[in-house]
Amino acid sequence: MIDVIREMLSYPFLVRALTVGLLVALCASLLGVSLVLKRFSMIGDGLSHVGFGALAIASVAGIAPLYLAIPVCIAASFLLLRMSESTRIKGDAAIAMLSAGALAIGVMVVSMTTGMNTDVYNYMFGSILSLSAADATLSIVLSGVVLVLFVLFYPRLFAVTFDESFSRATGIPTRAYNAALATLASVTVVLGMRMMGALLISSLIIFPVLTAMRIGKRYLSVTLLSAGVAIAGFLIGMLVSYVYEAPSGASIVCVNIVLFVLFAIAGAIKNAVTKK
Amino acid sequence: MSLIQVTNAAFRYDGKEVVSGLNFSVNDCDYLCIVGENGSGKSTLVKGLLGLKTPHSGTITLGEGLTARQIGYLPQQKESQRDFPASVQEVVLSGTLNSLGFLPFYTRAQKKNALLQIERVGLLPQKNAAYSELSGGQQQRVLLARALAATQKLLILDEPIASLDPVAAAEMYRLIEEINRNHGVTVIMVSHDPHAAAHEATSVLHLDNRQLFYGSSADYRKSEIGKRFLGGESR
Repeated sequence: MIDVIREMLSYPFLVRALTVGLLVALCASLLGVSLVLKRFSMIGDGLSHVGFGALAIASVAGIAPLYLAIPVCIAASFLLLRMSESTRIKGDAAIAMLSAGALAIGVMVVSMTTGMNTDVYNYMFGSILSLSAADATLSIVLSGVVLVLFVLFYPRLFAVTFDESFSRATGIPTRAYNAALATLASVTVVLGMRMMGALLISSLIIFPVLTAMRIGKRYLSVTLLSAGVAIAGFLIGMLVSYVYEAPSGASIVCVNIVLFVLFAIAGAIKNAVTKK
Repeated sequence: MSLIQVTNAAFRYDGKEVVSGLNFSVNDCDYLCIVGENGSGKSTLVKGLLGLKTPHSGTITLGEGLTARQIGYLPQQKESQRDFPASVQEVVLSGTLNSLGFLPFYTRAQKKNALLQIERVGLLPQKNAAYSELSGGQQQRVLLARALAATQKLLILDEPIASLDPVAAAEMYRLIEEINRNHGVTVIMVSHDPHAAAHEATSVLHLDNRQLFYGSSADYRKSEIGKRFLGGESR
């Protein structure tokens, strides 16, 4: 076991992937607490599909993928937010439409130019090899920013997540907070996407919180547990992926499923004990 | 000068007049109950009082150094809130956010204030309890404590007893009255409950897209409109 870990750490590209992945998983799980509790989970999913479209276009146009995908995703996040807040059009249906549309455009662009190659496959399902040193630096800086903002705005984020009407009355610009949340989520989704794959990245946002909520009943404990679950899920998933030569994204999601089941059982036992 | 002075105020939504002809004032230590059917303009007026919506015409003036942010607000509870993972303390503490300024974290004074408000609503033994595991009445008291943490002067309560059972509702009324009488906090309550208007509050504002009645609750009980709204209940 220790030998395997030592072997993994001897590859510079793997160390890079582990560092970036760990930070992204942490950011995603923290933002996930607010996104899931505010019923914005679908936005994460929508963003990953838009991100795929943007990455596909970037790779065809020869632009550095992150520089195109991040602004496009941020723009899309505002749109998704508007859609989910709107009562006139069916928000969830509109998001599903945008997701599928972006995915289809991405696939069309690629297949009409370079053809479906390994790049596209990697964007869909993720690859740890796709991370360049420059991308890694950018990812580390951006996830650092997300983490610092999260800590500094923790009390206000709680208030906005728990009760928007009250927060607005106390003078918190709730719309700005929602927009900020969507922006940070976009950055996180794009950064994590190439490792996890467009189809799996939203699980990094959703799984850890839901797992943490099986046991945690307070906001702080749910937040901390969620971060812990995300880190554990990522590291164990990467180990599984390395040992069994499985795709990293799918391995991480599978580990997260196992963690969710374990937490659900533990939560049920805890409930049964406290009720007696 | 009164705490709130509303003069000829009217509100519009998408160019359509929702409520108009509002003329009333709220003085220190008043207990005003705003009644009316659904869609009569009660919620719009509350938004106006909180400074979240500006009147289309007329004015709303806050007096005695009160600003809209220093109003303690108890919104209607949303269904999604009931199973929210948070402790009683975490929720009440978020009420002190309006005094946080540019600081990132709560101060010791704010934490002390939060505990004081939890004690005022009688939930001190449950201060670390999970909000989702409390009864409906207790949850509402937590939200009342949060509103109190935000204010020293004025509470605005939007349907505070909706979805509460009679025992919990009575307890809630008792608490509100105590806060109003003994702690000198002015209360504005929006309610469906005719009982609240006639017997709990000191003055009544009855809306139906315009102001139908404004005066003391004793006068309201005697008035034509009051009799009709209260039905068999007023004697």
